[in-house]
Amino acid sequence: EADPLITELQDWASYTGAGVDETPYGLPIRFESDVVRRNVEWLTASPISSINFTPIHALDGTITPQGCAFERHHSGAIELSKQDYRLMINGLVDRPLVFTYDDLERFPRENHVYFCECAANTGMEWAGAQLNGVQFTHGMIHNMEYAGVPLRVLLQEAGLDAAGDLSDKWVYVEGADASSNGRSIPMEKALDDVLVAFKANGEALRMEHGYPVRLVVPGWEGNMWVKWLRRIEVTDAAVESREETSKYTDVYADGTARKWTWVMDAKSVITSPSPQMPIRHGKGPLVISGLAWSGHGRITRVDVSKDGGITWETARLGKQLDTKALTRFYLDTEWDGSPMLLQSRAMDETGYVQPTKDQLREKRGENSVYHNNCIQTWYVNAEGIAENVEVS
Amino acid sequence: AEASAARLAELETRLAELESKAGNTVAGGEPVAAHEGAFGLGRPALPEEIAAWDVDVLPDGRGLPEGSGDVSTGEEVFAEKCAACHGDFAEGVDNWPVLAGGFGTLADEDPVKTVGSYWPYLTTVWDYVHRSMPFGEAGTLSADETYAIVAYILYSNDLVDDEFELNQDNLATFEMPNRDGFVIDDRPQREYAEWRTEPCMENCKDSVEITKRATFLDVTPDHGGDSVMNSADTSETPTFTAANATAEEVASADAADAGDAELIAAGKKVFKKCSACHQVGDGAKNKTGPHLNGLIGRTIGSVDGFGYSSVFKQANEEGRIWDQAALDAFLAKPKAYMTGTKMSFAGLKKEQDRAALNAYLATFGE
Repeated sequence: EADPLITELQDWASYTGAGVDETPYGLPIRFESDVVRRNVEWLTASPISSINFTPIHALDGTITPQGCAFERHHSGAIELSKQDYRLMINGLVDRPLVFTYDDLERFPRENHVYFCECAANTGMEWAGAQLNGVQFTHGMIHNMEYAGVPLRVLLQEAGLDAAGDLSDKWVYVEGADASSNGRSIPMEKALDDVLVAFKANGEALRMEHGYPVRLVVPGWEGNMWVKWLRRIEVTDAAVESREETSKYTDVYADGTARKWTWVMDAKSVITSPSPQMPIRHGKGPLVISGLAWSGHGRITRVDVSKDGGITWETARLGKQLDTKALTRFYLDTEWDGSPMLLQSRAMDETGYVQPTKDQLREKRGENSVYHNNCIQTWYVNAEGIAENVEVS
Repeated sequence: AEASAARLAELETRLAELESKAGNTVAGGEPVAAHEGAFGLGRPALPEEIAAWDVDVLPDGRGLPEGSGDVSTGEEVFAEKCAACHGDFAEGVDNWPVLAGGFGTLADEDPVKTVGSYWPYLTTVWDYVHRSMPFGEAGTLSADETYAIVAYILYSNDLVDDEFELNQDNLATFEMPNRDGFVIDDRPQREYAEWRTEPCMENCKDSVEITKRATFLDVTPDHGGDSVMNSADTSETPTFTAANATAEEVASADAADAGDAELIAAGKKVFKKCSACHQVGDGAKNKTGPHLNGLIGRTIGSVDGFGYSSVFKQANEEGRIWDQAALDAFLAKPKAYMTGTKMSFAGLKKEQDRAALNAYLATFGE
C-alpha cells in the first residue's frame, strides 16, 4: 500500500517554515526532547552538590554538545561574568600575577579535543549491575574541542626560577565557587598538556562547565578539571585537600586506600544497542556502536563480543580527533534474532587492555568507588530488549 | 623515574624556548616590559589580594592562621552551623556526610569513611571547613570558630576529651588514626604489567552465564529505560523540567507588573542563599528544609513529612500563618524570631533582599 507520507501533500511541503529570526540561538528540535541530561536522585543529598549524566546512548560521532554534557558541582553552578573574572598565580613563582579574562585571550592559544570523565563514572556498578541505561552507567563523560592557553605559558609568565628544581613541585588549583574544589597537580603534568580553557566546541563555556574559564587536564579524572578557575599556586607539596584525601581515593579489601590515582585507564562501552536503545528493527543488518577512550593516549583497537567474551571481533574505528579524546567504534553486522551478550574491549597505545569486572575486583576488592573501567555486558533478548547484566 | 626525568628535561627546554622567544630583556638581563614575563601580560598580585585568596593549608600546618577553639565552644558552633546536615553528634542527616565513627570498618563490606576513620590529615579538615563550609555559606567562619568546630569533630570521634583546645600549634602535629592508611597510585606495578598483553580472540571461555541483572535491583530512575527511539510525538510527554520550570516562571512574571518582575528576579538571586536546603517550584521536595511551594498563606510547620523543631510544631498548633510580615521578620533574624529553629541560616540583613525573596516565593503556589 502506498505511503500517504509520500502520496499526499504534507503541511511542511506546502506551508512555509520558521523564519531566520525565530531562534537566534537554537535548541534541538522538539522531537529530540528526551535527549537530555538526567539525574539519579538517590545518589546524593542535594542536586546542588551532585552529578548528572550525558545521554551518550542517543549521540553519535564523538563530540558532546555542551547543552547535554554531564555536570558535576560541589556547591552549584555559579554565574561569573568575564568582567568580574580574575585569575591569580602565586606561590613559588618569580612574580605573583593577576590576569583578567581579556589578558588570557592575548596569550598564544591552542585547540584540542579531550574527553573529561568523572572518576566515579561506572562507580555504582562495583557491587553489581545496578542501573539499566548506558547514560547512567557510563554517562559521567563528555568530549569537547577546547580552545585555551597552555598552563605552562601562564606559569612561565609568572616565572618558575623561584621554584628551583621542578621535579618535586606541584601546582595547586582552585575555583571561584563556594566549594573551590582545590586539587594538587604535579608540575610535570602542569607543564605538559594542561590547558586553561575558555571555549568549548567553538562557543563560550556554558555556566555549568565553568564559564568563563576552566582547567582542562587531559586524560586525568574530571574532578581535577577545576571550573571557574581563580587561582594557581606553585607549591613544594601536595595540599592533600578534601578532594584528594577523603574523596577520589579508593579503599582496597584490606582497608588501605590508594591515592593520587589521576589517570583514567582505557575503557569502552557499547552505546547502541543498550537498555535505552533496544533493537527495534528485527533481524538483519545491525550497527553495533560505542565509545572508547584512554587517559594514556590513543585508542588503537576495540574488540566486540556477542557471546559474553567467548569470541571477539575487531570493530572499525571512527575518525580520531586527538589523543586522550573519545573514539567512536562501529561493528557492522547481521543479527539473526538470537539473544546476545554484548561486550566491548578497548586497547590503547601503551598496549593496555580493558579488564573485566572480575579482574578489577581481584586486584582492588569490592569497596572501590572510582576508576571502574571494566568491560560492560548488555544482555539483548530475542525481542531486541537490552539489559545491564554481569556474566561469569 | 628515568622517563619522567627525561620528560621533565624536555619540558624545561620548552620553557627556556618560550622565555627566549619573548625577547623582552636587553643585554644585562634588565627588564624592559612592565614585568619580566614573556608577554608582559597581567599585573602584579598585591600582598593583600594574595592574603585574601591564598588560604589553603598544607599537611605540615603551613597556612594555618593564629587562633584557637575548644570542644565546648565547638559543640555550640557545630549545633548552630553544621548540625542541620551533619547531625548533633556528627552522625549525618539523610544523605549528608557522616563525620564521626566508623573506626575499624575500612576492611568491611561497606566501609564507613568519616573524618575519624579515614581522613589522613587534620589540616585537610580545617582547610575544608574554613574554606567551603557551611554548605551555602562558605567563607563565613572565623579562624577561632573553625578551630572550635574541628575540635568538636575530633571529640565526636572520641579522639580528644571534652577539655581539649585546638590551635595553630597542636593542629598540624595531631596524628590522625588513618594517617598511614594510604598508598600512592600503584596501578603501574599492580595492574598494568599484567594487563598489557595480547588479548584472547577465540574460545576464551567454555561457557558464559548471567550472574547479576540490573532489573533485580531496579534502581534506575524514571525515563532512563523508556526513552523511546524514534518516538516522534513528544507533545504528550512533557517530562523534562528545565523547560517547563522556565515557562512557569515566565508566566508568573508576565502576570505581575514590570516592577514586580524586577523584584521577583532579584528574589530569585537571593534564593540562591536558601537553595542548599530548600526547594521551590515544580516537583519541589523536602530536603534539609521543607519545600517552599505555597508558602505564603500556609500554616507554619504544616508540610507533610518534614521533621520540624518544637518551636515550629508549637506555632503550628497555635495556627500561626506564614504571611509576608511573618516571613520578613523570620528572614531578618531566624533564630530570634523562631528560637530553637534548626535552620542554621544567619538571616538577611537587607530589607530589599527580604522583600525580593518574599516576592519571589509568592510566585509559587501549592
